[in-house]
Amino acid sequence: MSLDRRTTIKWMFAAAATVPSLHAIGYAPQPQARDVAANQAGYGTDPDLTKDWRPGGPWPLTLGVAARLTTAALCDLIIPADDVSPAASAVGVVDFIDEWISAPYPQQRSDREIILPGLTWIEAEAQGRFGKAFAALAQAQKEAIANDVCSPAKAAASAATAARFFAKFRDLTAGGFYTTPVGMKDIGYVGNVALAKFDGPPLAVLKKVGLA
Amino acid sequence: MSFISAAEADKNTYDVIVVGSGAAGGQTAYTLTMDGVRVLMLEAGRNYTPATETPMMQTNAEAPLRGSGTPEKPFGFWDATIDGGWDVPGEPYTSASDDPARKFVWWRSRMLGGRTNHWGRISLRNGPYDFKPYSRDGLGFDWPMSYEDLAPYYDKVEMLIGVYGANDGLENTPNSPAGVLLPPPKPRVSDLLTKQRGAKLGIPVIAGHRAVLTKPLDHTRLPKLLHPGNEKAQSILSADMQKRAACFFATPCGRGCSIRANYQSTTVHLPPALDTGNLDIVTDAMVRTVTKRPDGSAEGVIYIDRKTGAEHHVKARVVVLAASALESVRILLNSGVANSSGKVGKYIMDTVGAGFSGQVPLLENLPLHNEDGVDGLHLYSPWWLYKEQLAGKLGFARGYHIEFGGGRTMPGMGAASGLEWLNGGNYGKKFKEDARRYYGSQMWFSGRGEMIPNDDCYAELDSKVKDKFGIPVLRFHWKWSQHEIGQAAHMEKTFAELLDAMGGRYPRKPQSGDKAIKQGGIIIHEVGGAMMGDDPTKSVTNSFGQCWDMKNLFITDGATLCSNADKNPTLTIMALAWRASDRMLDLLKRKEL
Repeated sequence: MSLDRRTTIKWMFAAAATVPSLHAIGYAPQPQARDVAANQAGYGTDPDLTKDWRPGGPWPLTLGVAARLTTAALCDLIIPADDVSPAASAVGVVDFIDEWISAPYPQQRSDREIILPGLTWIEAEAQGRFGKAFAALAQAQKEAIANDVCSPAKAAASAATAARFFAKFRDLTAGGFYTTPVGMKDIGYVGNVALAKFDGPPLAVLKKVGLA
Repeated sequence: MSFISAAEADKNTYDVIVVGSGAAGGQTAYTLTMDGVRVLMLEAGRNYTPATETPMMQTNAEAPLRGSGTPEKPFGFWDATIDGGWDVPGEPYTSASDDPARKFVWWRSRMLGGRTNHWGRISLRNGPYDFKPYSRDGLGFDWPMSYEDLAPYYDKVEMLIGVYGANDGLENTPNSPAGVLLPPPKPRVSDLLTKQRGAKLGIPVIAGHRAVLTKPLDHTRLPKLLHPGNEKAQSILSADMQKRAACFFATPCGRGCSIRANYQSTTVHLPPALDTGNLDIVTDAMVRTVTKRPDGSAEGVIYIDRKTGAEHHVKARVVVLAASALESVRILLNSGVANSSGKVGKYIMDTVGAGFSGQVPLLENLPLHNEDGVDGLHLYSPWWLYKEQLAGKLGFARGYHIEFGGGRTMPGMGAASGLEWLNGGNYGKKFKEDARRYYGSQMWFSGRGEMIPNDDCYAELDSKVKDKFGIPVLRFHWKWSQHEIGQAAHMEKTFAELLDAMGGRYPRKPQSGDKAIKQGGIIIHEVGGAMMGDDPTKSVTNSFGQCWDMKNLFITDGATLCSNADKNPTLTIMALAWRASDRMLDLLKRKEL
């Protein structure tokens, strides 16, 4: 199957230009995201570290309703619920990704130029291949799209930009998820508790590594 | 006496003005005030209160961007840096070259206690070779002192601030006397594996030394040793030591410590100094120049009150610059003093840095256990190839130590990112399994090496650019020599060999030295620029930091260092500051200042 035909949309630096065509095929009519103001301030060089900082506090979130639905569906494809922990969207990862791509700093502005066109691309894929919004696709249909781009090494040359988007989105999803209490528990972090003494690794650990 | 306004300071008289409140300023003020000297401390940044401002135990999910570093908080949101970084708004510096390899970047922080609030707490003594590098290999400069001259002050600083470590007796890696060091924390599994496999390569792995209390300080024994015959000082210090808690093995040191379990000037030096009643501190006081009396001696300093923009002139019998090496250099150059040798600004140095990381299958899927410990450096590797190096077998003249780490640290954005090099790239339940599998199995290695001072690395005043206070800024010249570049290549090659020996893998091969070496200033160990020496025509100060040209002007920060051994400089700076302050006390008592 060829990704070329469907990826002819020149999305890398022209997300806005794609909106009319997506609109024509039934994509959500509202803008994908509000702009981050050129003069948007960050949290400054002396933020109050004792206050409550949740997404939307330091700077406005910008993703539109439809883009948040796409984000949630893709987050949950990457980190679905399993026996150990819930899906990414259940613990605030959509808000986190919105905070990230709405931030006024160089790294985040640069990531925004990958994420927003990528969300546009994945909706175009969903519509082009299955005639539905990405969030409305069946699991197998979502996987069909993801399988083409989830491995940077295996992706077709024509899908390199989409693969780059997927890798970036996966890193943001994982960072957002594994920093939450359920994510930390899932991944096996049991620290950040006050201890009277530090015992080092248990014997079972040393034995497994061949150190005891 | 306490925190006062600029207007109040104008009305008072002081014996000594100390510019800066970090490791050097804190130690200087501590030593002087404990002996009855009236000190005015000027800090360019704002007041800072670790007890109420430290984000203890907050997780990364509670921070914007999951705590990631940004230009406004380069070491992350929770890091104890205020108004600081390599770029401070309104306080620029310039570079003589556009070539990235020849640009030096300059870290500042504008807060009480300076960078001691966030530093790595790594506290290594210089060894005997490190004071006589020129005599040993013909490069750089000897110090006008030997290890034996500074050793008693290393002892004192370690006892005062609390440093854990062990006495391994390795070459040029001095022991501390019995009863000085605190016990080191137990090694993590990744530490023990590094030690086991490092031994096969001949790389020693021993207990790290850091300024963290692994148990409470001995508040009955230590004050008597530190202040013999001074009952008031003993009583103040004893009371203060009892207010410092031991580490509870959680929350990163870089955030600062509200329970005062690690060293920062604001939690260790300044509280007892304030308790003496002999210390006044004015914050938001940006010092511009040292002023001169008609007889050529130092009269005082002119500073600008950040809050009002007003200029203030304060005077004292002695002026001490402890503003950080390059800020002190800048004050000297802007004052046009203490530079008959022409050496002010010359021979600035940073630490050579390179890093490498990889993944170790043996460490995958280990039974869950808490690996927080004391945060950094439970074990490390001191330089081990002294003999081969002296015999000319390595192609570079000075050594480095290895800092390393692994295990399940508090997850941040990197906890499960970039796994493609390990699993090819996937998603779904398989991705979650991989995240669990690889988390805690990755290890990092950092080399921290000695840079040899050279003629191409210096600072001067920029003829045009001024900061927001109207003060001329520094212009930097920088060039690594082949010694540093060769050392950086050796670091990456060694780290890859260590990973090989652990059965590990890495996402890229070791690089050539010019690619591996971090930019000058990135390691934030900048020293030099007002070198000490025995010859007034070739140095700025004597071994006590006393300026040859201005006998009542002292420099107690890293500016006076003649070399920058691989050992992180902060402990040495504090030892030098204590020694210089003892000299000041002596001269003040003899009315020679």
